[in-house]
Amino acid sequence: MKIFIDAPSKKKHPFLEQVERETGEDLSHCYQCGNCSGSCPVSDEMEIPVSQIIRFVTLGQERTVLESNSMWVCVSCFQCQNNCPKCLDPSKVMEGLRRLSLRKGHAPIDMTRVTGEFIERSPQQAIVAGFRKLVP
Amino acid sequence: MDSIPYYPGCTLNTVAKDFDLSARDAFRLLGVELAELAKWNCCGSSFPLTPNNAIALTGPTNVLVQSQKEGGTVSTLCSFCYSTLKRTNEAVKEDKEDKKNLINNFLGTDYDGSVKVVHLLEVLRDDVGYPELKKHVKRDLKKIKVAAYYGCTLLRPKGVAIDNPERPQIFEDFLQAIGCQPIEFSHKGECCGSHLAMSREDIVVKLSGKVIDAALAGGAEMITTTCPLCFYNLERSQKHTQESTGEGSTLPMVYFTQLLGLALGMPVEDLDLPKNFSDPRSLLAAKGIVEEAVSVGA
Repeated sequence: MKIFIDAPSKKKHPFLEQVERETGEDLSHCYQCGNCSGSCPVSDEMEIPVSQIIRFVTLGQERTVLESNSMWVCVSCFQCQNNCPKCLDPSKVMEGLRRLSLRKGHAPIDMTRVTGEFIERSPQQAIVAGFRKLVP
Repeated sequence: MDSIPYYPGCTLNTVAKDFDLSARDAFRLLGVELAELAKWNCCGSSFPLTPNNAIALTGPTNVLVQSQKEGGTVSTLCSFCYSTLKRTNEAVKEDKEDKKNLINNFLGTDYDGSVKVVHLLEVLRDDVGYPELKKHVKRDLKKIKVAAYYGCTLLRPKGVAIDNPERPQIFEDFLQAIGCQPIEFSHKGECCGSHLAMSREDIVVKLSGKVIDAALAGGAEMITTTCPLCFYNLERSQKHTQESTGEGSTLPMVYFTQLLGLALGMPVEDLDLPKNFSDPRSLLAAKGIVEEAVSVGA
């Protein structure tokens, strides 16, 4: 008996479509080599490392992804992008997930933890860049 | 004297004034006037990574429009400003759809991405040139061992990197030209923790701590950066380690323009060198590079 891939199952999950539209990245390129997670300086702080985030997205696991802390500890250092053999940009995926998560009403950063001393003494770029990550 | 349009950005205008002033003075000694843009605004500090976020491109585009009016080049010092302006410029230049029109309509401009965005390290390499720079050196820095910390945004993404992102050399070459001995260390392009300073200081302490440890392991006597946020994070991390463990060696820190000013013979008191944890004065005095240090920490 010949076995074929079932045509309807090739249809993309709506969450995957949404993420791809938001980020401009084609996640079907990812073959899960793990270079992004390996080069990521905050992998061990993430509940789901970046390569697995991409896998969860392609599987349509919206809640798991959006409720994880992963995109909120991403530092946008672009190591993942620099090391991707398929020229994907996982930092864009993280940014897209931050925005989608905010639109769902998640409030990932406790602003009461931002001290007055920090606002006074820190470089403006830290405050601006930090708040930029909170724009849905 | 040559003049080059210069965008200081918010941080250099406030908490990192020492970075800004040392650059202006040092470049003047090299015959380059850093001409601050007549009008400028915040670049937004981080480049909007998702493509459908045109509004975040308007701020940096406005800076580029002003730069175009003032000669078509803009130089920067802060790594964030450099990256944001350069990436925005590329995004506008390469845009085939209606994003460019949207931004231009919003700003009332007709910008096409023609400005050249450069970092002042590139100006030292390409315009001044290291042989010329060497001729201007007035003070012997006695081959002091310096770790050149690039951080992230000068090297990545590779399309806007100031040098080879895997094996950068520009910072080391500069240090060599002014009489320092650049050291090799594993973390010169690793992240300091960046904007997580606001929400997750624990991560910043950890990441910056690794950078400091790697520099010390490489034999550094001092570390130099091009970014006020890297500087802040590395300093916070050293302070935290000292306070929590009561030990651990601290590494004096300076901006690269302060080292440049020092090499060009600027008086130490004009350089506004860092105080407290990263004060390099006693090291400089011990090396005999400057006269005996006077305590200014109080």
